Amino acid sequence: MLKKLFSVLALVTSASVLAAGGHAVHLDKAPINLHDKESLQRGAKMFQNYCLGCHQMEYQRYSRTFRDLGIPDEVGMKELAFGANKVGDFIKNAAPKADLAKWFGAPPPDLTNVARVRGPDWIYTYLRSFYVDPTRPFGVNNEVFPLVGMPHVLQELQGIPYKKHETQMVDGESKEVYVGIVADGSGELSPEEYDRAVADLVNYLEYTGEPSKLESHSLGIKVMIFLFIFFILAFLLKKEYWKDVH
Amino acid sequence: MFKNFMNWIEYRMPFMEKMNLHVMQYPAPKNFNFWYFFGSLAMLVLVNQIVTGIWLTMNFEPSAERAFASVEYIMRDVDYGWLLRYMHSTGASAFFVVVYLHMFRGMMYGSYQKPRELLWIFGMLIFLVLMAEAFMGYLLPWGQMSFWGAQVIISIFGVIPGIGDDLTLWIRGDYVISGATLNRFFALHVIALPLVLVILVFLHIIALHEVGSNNPDGIDVKVPNEGQKFENNVSEKFTFHEYFTKGGKKIIVDAIPFHPYYTVKDIVGVVGFLIIFCAVIFFAPEGGGFFLEPPNFEPANPMKTPDHIAPVWYFTPFYAILRAVPDQLWGAVAMFAAIILLALLPWLDRCKVRSVRYRSTLHKLNLVNFVISFVVLGVLGVLPATPTYTLIAQIASVFYFGYFIALWFYSKNEKTKPLPVRLS
Repeated sequence: MLKKLFSVLALVTSASVLAAGGHAVHLDKAPINLHDKESLQRGAKMFQNYCLGCHQMEYQRYSRTFRDLGIPDEVGMKELAFGANKVGDFIKNAAPKADLAKWFGAPPPDLTNVARVRGPDWIYTYLRSFYVDPTRPFGVNNEVFPLVGMPHVLQELQGIPYKKHETQMVDGESKEVYVGIVADGSGELSPEEYDRAVADLVNYLEYTGEPSKLESHSLGIKVMIFLFIFFILAFLLKKEYWKDVH
Repeated sequence: MFKNFMNWIEYRMPFMEKMNLHVMQYPAPKNFNFWYFFGSLAMLVLVNQIVTGIWLTMNFEPSAERAFASVEYIMRDVDYGWLLRYMHSTGASAFFVVVYLHMFRGMMYGSYQKPRELLWIFGMLIFLVLMAEAFMGYLLPWGQMSFWGAQVIISIFGVIPGIGDDLTLWIRGDYVISGATLNRFFALHVIALPLVLVILVFLHIIALHEVGSNNPDGIDVKVPNEGQKFENNVSEKFTFHEYFTKGGKKIIVDAIPFHPYYTVKDIVGVVGFLIIFCAVIFFAPEGGGFFLEPPNFEPANPMKTPDHIAPVWYFTPFYAILRAVPDQLWGAVAMFAAIILLALLPWLDRCKVRSVRYRSTLHKLNLVNFVISFVVLGVLGVLPATPTYTLIAQIASVFYFGYFIALWFYSKNEKTKPLPVRLS
């Protein structure tokens, strides 16, 4: 019975993943860990430096971020929250919204919940999938999100990314084969460091999507232990009473 | 002192008398199995929805401008707001899980048959109101799927000839889904429908206690007293309310008092349920994208249609039937018929034997057919309508309706097994 149920669930889940994908792009698994506070702090810093210019976190407050990431308020306000007035403010920018929409073709989406909308793997792959495409307004296109209006803001970190082709023997014929996106080495970070930096940012976005996760897992374990003990006691109580019946 | 106080109450309102009638001296068959947990669990989930709902309304703002932001406020800035919200959102799905299993229990053991037809009708009304309640609640967070899911479902009413357009206008309170729709759905979701739901649940239980609970064997536990003897009748050990013994005209066989026997047993079921329920709340509140859909973490945007709109999982079997019919009007008719036929089961099933245990192999296979077609339709309802899927949905719909049609034909002269005299 349970086995059947699970196989049905598995079928439903895999089918819905196919349905949601749109175009089939392989997504890399984001190496993230919500308990890694340093990674979250680096991610927060990246967000402030590279994303906040255009995107916002309309629903997340500085104070909450500082508390959860273990950053003292004064340090956070000095290091991260340039421009914000108060520690209780939402993480917003002062960019002219109407102009942003005009410049990029669409208003830059709010990023508070982006990891819940797209999933961390999608963002992790997306930020590593920009490539040079002279036909686009900002000179870059994206493999995961074709014709995206966003420029490659992390280019100074990654360097200029190209689609790399190699000559390979396929079925006895020599062919140009697409092997992936490779940066030209002009960036501040090595490819491994860049992946790490993007992972930190994704980790932070995963956190802002659901800050309660930090709390819910530890509380959940306590609740589950309580319920298991309660279950045993309830079962023994039932057995004791039902001696009259059997 | 306490006794005096109770007497004072009793003289003015027969509290203990009613408690005895419905709880302490209510005879319940002794052979309830796993499937009998879901009635009490449905009550538990109803209470959960009402209590968490009250606390959510303390911070929710029912306006198009503030609804989404206020839900995020609850998730981040209200102490344990995330817990209240997840208990409520997971509770909605849990409600349908337990109600579907509760209904299936009734179908398996023929609990809708005479004399429990009215009880079944109240149950079906609860199911209908629950669907309306869940649908309206899903609009409130004002996410993308809230908006577009509501758009799809309200448009179903638009296919009714003549009055369709006016009807959808009347439901929405605007030419499009807007803050006006959100406001009225909020009013209906937090006051009108819960009130109706609680009244219907009350009537459901009163009707149940009048005719008595059915059981997995589908035979009566209250039999006319003709001076016959019953060996090892556990019921002799207990006192039952005279309302059930009719002053000795009825003998109660193989039944036990609801309290304490089924109260302690239901606690086991409740805790077992809570283990699964809390595992979802704390570790997978999105329910794999089925309880909370990813597009719903984006605020409603009337200018941007999501790639794929699917109603929440508990509506999908009926939604799949709607889509399986090429004509819109007849699709809607088929969808409502799929629900109405369930309500008509007491009259479609003409067999005198209730429980599937003593019914024909044909009926058992037909019941399996019902389960498979219902699940297949549910799965197809979340998938996009490709030609292949539509074809499968059409076949599954035929089998779904086939259950009821076949049942009506074979049940009259069904070859059943002999019924036992006593509960097994």
